[in-house]
Amino acid sequence: MSHTRRDMIIVDDLRVRFGSHDAVRGVSFRVPEGSSFGIVGESGSGKSTVMRALAGLNDLWDGYLEIAGMPLGRGKPPDFFRRVQMVFQDPYGSLHPRQTVDRALSEPLLVQGIGDIDRRIRQVLADVALPAAARFRYPHQLSGGQRQRVAIARALISEPSVLLLDEPTSALDVSVQAEILNLLADLREERKLTYLMVSHNLAVVAHLCPWVGVMSNGEMVEILSAEDLRAGRTRNPQTTRLRELSAELG
Amino acid sequence: MLVEISGLNISFPTPHGMHAAVRDVSMTLGTEKLGIVGESGSGKSLTARALLRLLPPAAVTRADTLRFDGIDVLSASEKQMGMIRGRRAGLILQDPKYSLNPIMTAGDQIAEAWRNRRKGSRRQAKEAAIDLLAQVQIRDPRRVADSYPHELSGGMGQRVMIAMMLAPDPELLIADEPTSALDASVQAEILKLMEDLVSRRNMGLMLISHDLPLVGHFCDRVAVMYAGRVVEELAAGELGQARHPYTRALLDCMPSLTHPRPRLPVMARDPAWLT
Repeated sequence: MSHTRRDMIIVDDLRVRFGSHDAVRGVSFRVPEGSSFGIVGESGSGKSTVMRALAGLNDLWDGYLEIAGMPLGRGKPPDFFRRVQMVFQDPYGSLHPRQTVDRALSEPLLVQGIGDIDRRIRQVLADVALPAAARFRYPHQLSGGQRQRVAIARALISEPSVLLLDEPTSALDVSVQAEILNLLADLREERKLTYLMVSHNLAVVAHLCPWVGVMSNGEMVEILSAEDLRAGRTRNPQTTRLRELSAELG
Repeated sequence: MLVEISGLNISFPTPHGMHAAVRDVSMTLGTEKLGIVGESGSGKSLTARALLRLLPPAAVTRADTLRFDGIDVLSASEKQMGMIRGRRAGLILQDPKYSLNPIMTAGDQIAEAWRNRRKGSRRQAKEAAIDLLAQVQIRDPRRVADSYPHELSGGMGQRVMIAMMLAPDPELLIADEPTSALDASVQAEILKLMEDLVSRRNMGLMLISHDLPLVGHFCDRVAVMYAGRVVEELAAGELGQARHPYTRALLDCMPSLTHPRPRLPVMARDPAWLT
């Protein structure tokens, strides 16, 4: 990884325990500014637990976490929730069914005390290629792809530096997936965003992320470049297995 | 022929008039594996459900032919349909969490399905259930037979579901996105298992999915649906030579692990595909 850019995400020896179960057992990685890191692994491997700790959704962890220069602890700086935003798998589940798009997009601005709401909403809708008319629609009046664009717009509107993407395209049709992946690539370029993405789809992760971490049983068993993953230059048997499966079915 | 469908139309009333969800669909299925592929709203699930007459009450169904093993589904009595559903034709849905009875053990549910079509004591049914659990490659079938659905993982739950559907020894298995709720690795195992059981028992399989390459891997033939129509039907081995621009676009817009591209092609939907 490049050392000239500063690290936007630092995870050092992260440990998460649920009761007597060690869900994450000493995971470490860094993501430089403007880059993207993907975590792959089977369900129960701990990949989402790592992301949830970084998102501030679970405070019961040990180790060291830092995002955008802010070390994470029990109390987070008010700026944290503006600069770190998350996009979830199912846009239907993550948008309030009785709130219009306008309301969903105003809320983060009101909470963060950011003004100029009207202009910002118009701008962000244009940025995610939604028609201006979508602003006063409810989630059920939009298609799945449009809903995921709203979820991305909501994440972007507070002008974050880091996006945490939890299976952002697995609930979408492949044609819509292509549009959303292109959109995420464009936004990263335009806004110099840093992504952390969790997915079970190796092809999707390798498409967006130059670096990939493979998790198994709470440990990150291998970190490799997307190029090495594509070429089959894997060292850990778990990575090799995931790759073979993906190549066979893809 | 196990399944004969021709000129199937399904429409729903809306405030703006009737909406045609399935339009003039024809397909046949023998003891083979047929994949039906399409995006959400393409009508693939409706087509399969029409065969079991499991459509919502508001649906208006018309067809020149809609037959299961020679039985006319549109004119069959409820009793005749009851003999088909869950006995001669099994249906496996996406998420076992919602398909299994949460307050009945896995073994009891499979035993019940077994007794549906066969005469036998409770004890025989229980033994048959354990045997079926072993057939779907569950390592500890006796323990799983005594488990409730919430005690099972997604992959295990789907195996139980398959065992339950196979219990009455059906001639046809309809699987509607059977692995979309499962992990990539479990997904392959379940599909391999289904393919294997269907081939060994000489059954017909209708596999419904949005994942074209996946279906191509496990089926003999693939029907591609778009906006309620079958736009192309081809042998699974010929996916690479697909002619319809929609089929080609579906294959093209997926990111590939081995053939990276900086940008994914976006599907330009041609209005001509609708006609």
